[in-house]
Amino acid sequence: MPRPDIATTPLLSVKGLRTWFHTFGGIVKAVDGVSFDVAPGEIMGLVGESGGGKSMIGFSIMGLIDPPGRIEAGSIEFEGRDLATLGEDEMRSIRGKEIAMIFQDPMTALNPLYTIGNQIEETLALHTMLSARERRMKAIEMLHKVGIPQPEQRLHHYPHQFSGGMRQRVVIAIAMIAQPRLLIADEPTTALDVTIQAQLLRLMRQQVVESGTSLVLITHDLAAVSQMADTIVVLYCGRIVERGPAEEIIARPRHPYTRGLIDSIPHESDVDGAKRRLSQIPGNVPDIRRLPPGCAFAPRCPRASELCRTQDPVLSERECVGDGSGPPRLHAIACHHPLTVSP
Amino acid sequence: MFGYMIKRLIQMVVVLWAVSVLVFVMMSFTGDPTFMMVPLDATDEQIAQARRILGLDESHLVQYWRFLSNMVQGDFGRSFVFRQPALTLILERLPATLEIVFLAMALALLVAIPLGVYAGANPGKPTSRAVMAGSLVGISLPGFWLGMVLIFVVAVKLQWLPSSGRGPTTEWFGLRVSFTSWEGFRHLILPAITLSIGTLAILMRIIRAEMVEVMKQDYIKFARAKGATAKGILFKHGLKNALIPLVTVFGLMLGDLIAFATLTETIFAWPGIGKLLVDSIYRGDRPVIVVYLMFVALMFVVVNFIVDVAYALIDPRIKIK
Amino acid sequence: MASSPPVMSAAMRRSGLQLFLASEFIHNYRRNLSAVLGSLIVFLFLAMVTAGPFIVSQNPYDVAQLDLMAAFKPPVWLEGGSSEFWLGTDGQGRDVLASIVYGSRISLVIGLVAMAGACLLGTTLGLIAGFYGGRLDAFIMRIADIQLSFPSVLTALFLMSAFGTGLDKVLIALISVGWVVYARTVRGSTLRETQKEYVQAARVSGLPNRKIILRHVLPNVLTPLIVVATIQVGTFVLIEASLSFLGVGVPVTQPSLGLLIKNGFDVLFSGLWWVSIFPGLFIMLLVFGINLLGDFLRDELNPRLK
Repeated sequence: MPRPDIATTPLLSVKGLRTWFHTFGGIVKAVDGVSFDVAPGEIMGLVGESGGGKSMIGFSIMGLIDPPGRIEAGSIEFEGRDLATLGEDEMRSIRGKEIAMIFQDPMTALNPLYTIGNQIEETLALHTMLSARERRMKAIEMLHKVGIPQPEQRLHHYPHQFSGGMRQRVVIAIAMIAQPRLLIADEPTTALDVTIQAQLLRLMRQQVVESGTSLVLITHDLAAVSQMADTIVVLYCGRIVERGPAEEIIARPRHPYTRGLIDSIPHESDVDGAKRRLSQIPGNVPDIRRLPPGCAFAPRCPRASELCRTQDPVLSERECVGDGSGPPRLHAIACHHPLTVSP
Repeated sequence: MFGYMIKRLIQMVVVLWAVSVLVFVMMSFTGDPTFMMVPLDATDEQIAQARRILGLDESHLVQYWRFLSNMVQGDFGRSFVFRQPALTLILERLPATLEIVFLAMALALLVAIPLGVYAGANPGKPTSRAVMAGSLVGISLPGFWLGMVLIFVVAVKLQWLPSSGRGPTTEWFGLRVSFTSWEGFRHLILPAITLSIGTLAILMRIIRAEMVEVMKQDYIKFARAKGATAKGILFKHGLKNALIPLVTVFGLMLGDLIAFATLTETIFAWPGIGKLLVDSIYRGDRPVIVVYLMFVALMFVVVNFIVDVAYALIDPRIKIK
Repeated sequence: MASSPPVMSAAMRRSGLQLFLASEFIHNYRRNLSAVLGSLIVFLFLAMVTAGPFIVSQNPYDVAQLDLMAAFKPPVWLEGGSSEFWLGTDGQGRDVLASIVYGSRISLVIGLVAMAGACLLGTTLGLIAGFYGGRLDAFIMRIADIQLSFPSVLTALFLMSAFGTGLDKVLIALISVGWVVYARTVRGSTLRETQKEYVQAARVSGLPNRKIILRHVLPNVLTPLIVVATIQVGTFVLIEASLSFLGVGVPVTQPSLGLLIKNGFDVLFSGLWWVSIFPGLFIMLLVFGINLLGDFLRDELNPRLK
């Protein structure tokens, strides 16, 4: 579903980002040379298995990497400024106002000792000149928008008086209230009931589309991303293995890892008799401190050759098999033996 | 709430009862107070009479029953030494002890909170490490020894502050206190510092540990992601969460201060209940020891009850059932 | 994992000792200044109390060796000090340093023995409470609760006032206040441990309870006790010092560091500070060393904190 409203000059442009953690057991290259662009209004899915360093990309953009972690190299250009070089004060004025973030676990993201009204209004108090009354009005309006009934009363309640799903709605309200240009959602539905997950994803999509905010959705759930993202970036062990338009990636994955991820999504057709076996990628994500030489996926890859075990594949771009309309869209993969495209 | 109160009250009574049994058992199996009462050259008959007067000729069970029923009526017996009701002795000296205990506690909180928060929010900084090393020294030194060092340096050598006694007191809401006059306050300073040092050091460590734990929480990171200032994160989001568990150690803190007041009061010749206890132990003045213990037990039980209720009031997550 | 890197197999061939020396524990120990300092202090104290009596010039409790003419000599660096008595002498001409060496021995022995006793008693009661549960458990834990609501010093002081002074009585008092912390810790880990399958399996297979406790439960609940025990030695040294200072601890014939402070207190106002200040300094040093070590062990042995 290509969206015509997406402009071509990127809002966020990450180039060659490396975020490493210097631990006792060695250097953890959580993010190791990652590049991608996010256009204004675009929804991008950042997909990979747990422990693949996806969250650290989000925290790197926010400037919230704590020691022993450090951004080693690369640039994070956001509206013409390189966030990786900004000082703490400048970053603070961007956080919450220009770029907001939603955390994985709504049970722990809210301060248990303050009412949710207080916590929503805090964002406004930090970034706007609004009066207390106006902040209150906006908070009520925002709570209403994210689907919390009786916001006037709920404002005075503490986080523990809300269910998990409701809390995540509050978190979304806090993130969206200052109308950020970019929203980073780090596994926003993982900690929630399956039944609520789809609801919240819809809510988030609706919120960002309405306000023209770009969204980076970090998740291990390719199925969720495939339904709402414009672009998908697939990560494995801190590196991009495949990147491209969502429908292209889903329909014609070229990297064996992406293929494996797609094959492990149950389809509706499975229910009514079609005998497709739900496959699973063999093995586990390797210890990121002791990556094998060559392609990190090689030990689990059915197509791996000697070349894969010795030489790093380079991410290379090619044009998508498009329908001819619109600007050319690029599909990038890092694989020595990509899957052939079946037209 | 009402049910909870009743339950806690019953618990309190049970604890106090258990303490009374322990006190009674310890007291009746150790030493015979008869010899406190009779002259050294007393005849067997005189001794037997004294035992009758003290009620020691009856079975332990009867003795305990009398002990308990007297106590419930507020009669703890008379001091062998002062020939006065033991309870009166304790109550007379209580304000002096409370005075240094509260001053010491205020001092401990005033110093420990900022330092603990600082060290907890900046782990690994050299200054934080220095603060922590200092607190470790604080919990490692005998408080009474520090008192002696202070006496020697500040009182004997420099002669800045008095080294012993309570100084002038004035009546204040029916209590005899000394902090109202400058001279009286001068007498308070050294004992209060001495008493506070151990509690101060422990508090600092607790606050730091809590702070370190709190700063790792998601809501701190979320507050940072909102763009909150360093100060806001520390004081609005961090401190309040770190201080709540502190309420629960308040009872323990008070207990420690009252316990260590025995030593501090002995060094500084401070006329409080601690010194009274130590003197009574020397003199074998059993009624006073018993009242002291029962009184302190009552105090701890009541304080712990108040602490539990306060905790529930401060933390919105806790509901008393 | 079929593709484990070759480094691993090399590591596996190394001996157990080498593995221990290369472990994270030892690595952290070496990097941790406080751990090294703490163990150094504790080691020096142990050396002092074992070898010290053979090195210091006099036995301060052999009256024949005392010289009243040498009474109240200040430390060597002050005017009137003598190189014979580095830290000066007390009113009977006793070498303060020699008194400290002998006193440290008494303080440290009391701390260690009382810790061992409290550990034994508390662990046993904790195992019983945790393994059998029920009324016995409730009874033991209620006692523990009541005792915990009283400060240790006060309880010990009260017990001493009932017992009278004496080394053995100090030990009993310390053990009586010290067992609770072990009982609580061990009970907690025992409850967790008995839920595990291997203990359940041992129970089902009819192994007698005593054997299950000793062979399966006990070894698994000991680790957290190491920290508690270490720190408790320091606490006990301090409590004993307090009791002796108040005159209800060790007898005058066996002066611990605390009693030395008490003896020196009487002459403090005359400006003879060294008699009481130095013993206190040694207490502080000893307990500080123990606490440093305890802190390090706690950080290392408690995976939750990492």
